[in-house]
Amino acid sequence: MELLNLNIPSWSDMAAWIPEAVLCGTFLVALVGDLLVRGRRPWLPFAISVFGLVTAGSYAVATVLHADPAAHSIMGKLMVVDGLAGFFRLLFIFTGLATVLFAWTSEEIMGRKRENKGEFYFLTVLLTLAMCVMAEARDLLMLFLSMEGVGLVSYVMAGYMRTSLRSTEASLKYVIFGAVSSAIMLYGLSLLYGMTGSLTFSGIRAGLLAGGADPFGLLVAAILILAGMSYKIAAVPFHYWAPDVYEGAPTPISALFSVGPKAAGFALMIRFFYTTLAAGNDPAAGSTLIADFNWPLLVAVMSAATMIYANLVALRQTNVKRLLAYSSISHVGYILMGFVLLTGEGLQAILFYLLVYTFMNLGAFFFVVAINNHLKSEDLQDYVGLGFRAPWAASMMVIFLGSLAGIPPFAGFVGKLYIFTAVMDRQMFWLVIVAAVNSVIGLYYYFKVVKAMFLTRPAEGADASPLKLHWLQYTILGVLTVPTLVLGIYFGQFKALADQAIALMTVHM
Amino acid sequence: MGEHILSWMTFFPVIGAAVIAFIPSERKEIIKTVAAAAAAVPLILAVQLFVNFDRGTAAFQFIEHYTWIKSFNIEYFMGIDGLSVPMVLLTALLSFLCIIASWRIEKAVKGYFALFLLLETAMMGVFCALDFFLFYLFWELMLLPMYFLIGIWGGPRREYAAIKFFLYTLAGSVLMLLAMIAFYLNVQDPTTGGHTFNMLYMMDQSNHSAWLQMTNIRHLLWIGLFIGFAIKVPIFPFHTWLPDAHVEAPTAVSVILAGVLLKMGTYGILRISYPILPDAAVWFSYALAVLGAINILYGAYCAMAQTDMKKLVAYSSISHMGYVLLGMAAFTTAGINGAVLQMFNHGTITAMMFLCVGVVYDRAHTREISGFGGLGLQMPLYASFFSFALFAAIGLPGLSGFVSEAMIFIGIFPVYRTVAMISALGIIIGAAYVLWMLQRVFLGPRNEKWDSLPDINAREMFTLVPIGLIVLILGVYPMPVLDLMKVSLNHLIKVVAG
Repeated sequence: MELLNLNIPSWSDMAAWIPEAVLCGTFLVALVGDLLVRGRRPWLPFAISVFGLVTAGSYAVATVLHADPAAHSIMGKLMVVDGLAGFFRLLFIFTGLATVLFAWTSEEIMGRKRENKGEFYFLTVLLTLAMCVMAEARDLLMLFLSMEGVGLVSYVMAGYMRTSLRSTEASLKYVIFGAVSSAIMLYGLSLLYGMTGSLTFSGIRAGLLAGGADPFGLLVAAILILAGMSYKIAAVPFHYWAPDVYEGAPTPISALFSVGPKAAGFALMIRFFYTTLAAGNDPAAGSTLIADFNWPLLVAVMSAATMIYANLVALRQTNVKRLLAYSSISHVGYILMGFVLLTGEGLQAILFYLLVYTFMNLGAFFFVVAINNHLKSEDLQDYVGLGFRAPWAASMMVIFLGSLAGIPPFAGFVGKLYIFTAVMDRQMFWLVIVAAVNSVIGLYYYFKVVKAMFLTRPAEGADASPLKLHWLQYTILGVLTVPTLVLGIYFGQFKALADQAIALMTVHM
Repeated sequence: MGEHILSWMTFFPVIGAAVIAFIPSERKEIIKTVAAAAAAVPLILAVQLFVNFDRGTAAFQFIEHYTWIKSFNIEYFMGIDGLSVPMVLLTALLSFLCIIASWRIEKAVKGYFALFLLLETAMMGVFCALDFFLFYLFWELMLLPMYFLIGIWGGPRREYAAIKFFLYTLAGSVLMLLAMIAFYLNVQDPTTGGHTFNMLYMMDQSNHSAWLQMTNIRHLLWIGLFIGFAIKVPIFPFHTWLPDAHVEAPTAVSVILAGVLLKMGTYGILRISYPILPDAAVWFSYALAVLGAINILYGAYCAMAQTDMKKLVAYSSISHMGYVLLGMAAFTTAGINGAVLQMFNHGTITAMMFLCVGVVYDRAHTREISGFGGLGLQMPLYASFFSFALFAAIGLPGLSGFVSEAMIFIGIFPVYRTVAMISALGIIIGAAYVLWMLQRVFLGPRNEKWDSLPDINAREMFTLVPIGLIVLILGVYPMPVLDLMKVSLNHLIKVVAG
């Protein structure tokens, strides 16, 4: 019974978990504080959340910069803080902080009468915590708990606007899809436990290597688990909830959803599949421990289907938010390419892509938030002339969209370059060609937005007054623009960070 | 600036663009002056380059070589040889003149000049880069400014033209990207044993992996690269974006598009495809010659059918780029030297033609050929400039177009006789559409509608005269440009054809 095998944790192990402890404390203090002021002073939970996220973030930065090669076990073998967890923790805290700050200026969140505005902030902190745990889980129980944790907070946040039909519908859809996919995954997990008799990832691997697992049963378990996780990252065919939820939820929350839980899903997928099923970096041995099954082909088909489907549907969107929702699904397709072969290079490329994706996607969604404050609309038609009404913000949006489209000299291009190179290195040419064609399709719909903002002349009599954004909005958009540009031309150090995260991932413990 | 002359030439314009971004948008004159100054510096440096360039060696000169991103073996590697020098000179000259020609832009002045300078940086970078990644970066950097320049400052159908240009070019670029990754993974850096983006290493066949030595793979990669470059040239059947882009683009952008951007396609083939995949180049040469002939004839016939002056000039560009392909396919000294000379000459002649079309469009706000008549009486000076450009375009002896076309035919005739003979028909059709337009616009009875049109002004002359002089001088004595490229191109022929 491994579960009872709880050793007294050493101080250094517990110290590695300080950011999570801080987030946990922040959540509780902000919750209680909000209750004490009866929700009438939203700045209180806001300030507490920002302070907590910044504190946790600085710890997280310090650990990443230290490149601590040791893996710290947390609560026995339930969780581990290693390179991979450190990398994702930083990503999540950054996302949480950016969202909290931007939401403060959002009319959708702060403009509501009567309802409680403070709960957005501590819920975001809680979601950040749950995502961090997801990247640290290395035990089936913790895997399931963390996924459910992220899921539950997400359901609540999607339904944040209780009086809005769209928001409520989004939340309900999210719950139902979530419950079904959890059940599917749980079944897969139970099969895996039954075959190997172990709950920890390393125990499962040992069990599989020892032999005796029925190959067909293993295949079924792996596919069920993959399906459950694909729901989390919104890959085709488990994506149906995503566009509705992204469109229905308030935009700052959609921004968070399109980056955070998705990256967390990838973190978990990487750790789970790489530590339990991957055969290692030897291409001759096949890529997984599942005998006689072409695992790469399965993931590659999923990846290709995701990008083709999402891109084709995105072409027809006229609502910018929904367009970005489909775009974020298509990016899952690109990211999955790195997952096809379960090689170190591929996983490193995924991490780098997620880093870049965080900046550019948050930027694009935040722009929509800022514009929505003024226009109360996300319709493409209402974006006409924005390039001349808000030139700086619109120019930054062009950079985000160009980066999402993957054209140099923006960061998105470098992300794609690494992914393409990793796949081409293993001679999977058809997948790269599909992805390349998809980049061209992507360009068309991203530039539909650019066209509306800059090229189309506004109708006679249309409002052409300059739009002035909140100073905080300019600052955050600027902070997101800088890495979107810099990572396009100077990415060596940041790629090294991603490489280090994979290199320091604990596989056998 | 002596040490890093290429970097200064490449990045000075973008520094100017950054400065412009911070000038208040009402100060239009200041913005224009800064833009002109930022484009003048590369031109002055280009003159210095022309003087100091060592014409006796095929090696790359003015090299700048630094590690850029070590983990991915990307280098900041700039250098020029006889193939790139004429293009660099052309870019510096036309960019400066186009800034002057854009003086009358009134809409969003700040954005226009900032984007134009960014475009110059990208073009310059393409011609100087010797690292494939760097090359690709500059190649793609061109797309965004071009998209906005056509899309914001263009004519009525500019939205369509802009996105069409963007999509076509990007489709070509992704093919090039895949080829680039394939080279990266399969070319070994002889000093470190790792992968490399260094073009010079890629050109050395002994660095190629076994996979890259397979004939089928080489042919496939060649075709991938070729389509990428062909879209830019443009080569039939990838040409349909060009007339749209030209018709909608403002004058100065048309000049850059025809004068410099089209050359990037043929430059890319000569710089990358030929030396890296020489055997595939030989394998493809007949097809290239045929495509060249199709371009010449098809472009010329289309030009004949046009009613819009600018569209006529656009199609004539397609036709003239066909000569370049023809010369490239020959692998003879005369052919390839003629091809590169034609790239340079077409850049100058087409620039003149587009500038002239711009002059009349600025005044009359129409380009319908049938709407004019007897303009020679109304604007005599203008008529002589335009006629000069048109005669240069049809290859009148004594003007530069004749020299390069003659060299190309001398080069191709012994190699592909039939193709050469069919292509020669293009010269006749070329003369036909040009003279016919000349007649309809400048001769005949004077159309009273245009009584108020003033003749060409001093600023417009300032843009036309330097190019005109170059066309004239190179027509009589082409050696200044031929001397620049001769040694490098002969070396290239030796590499490709053995």
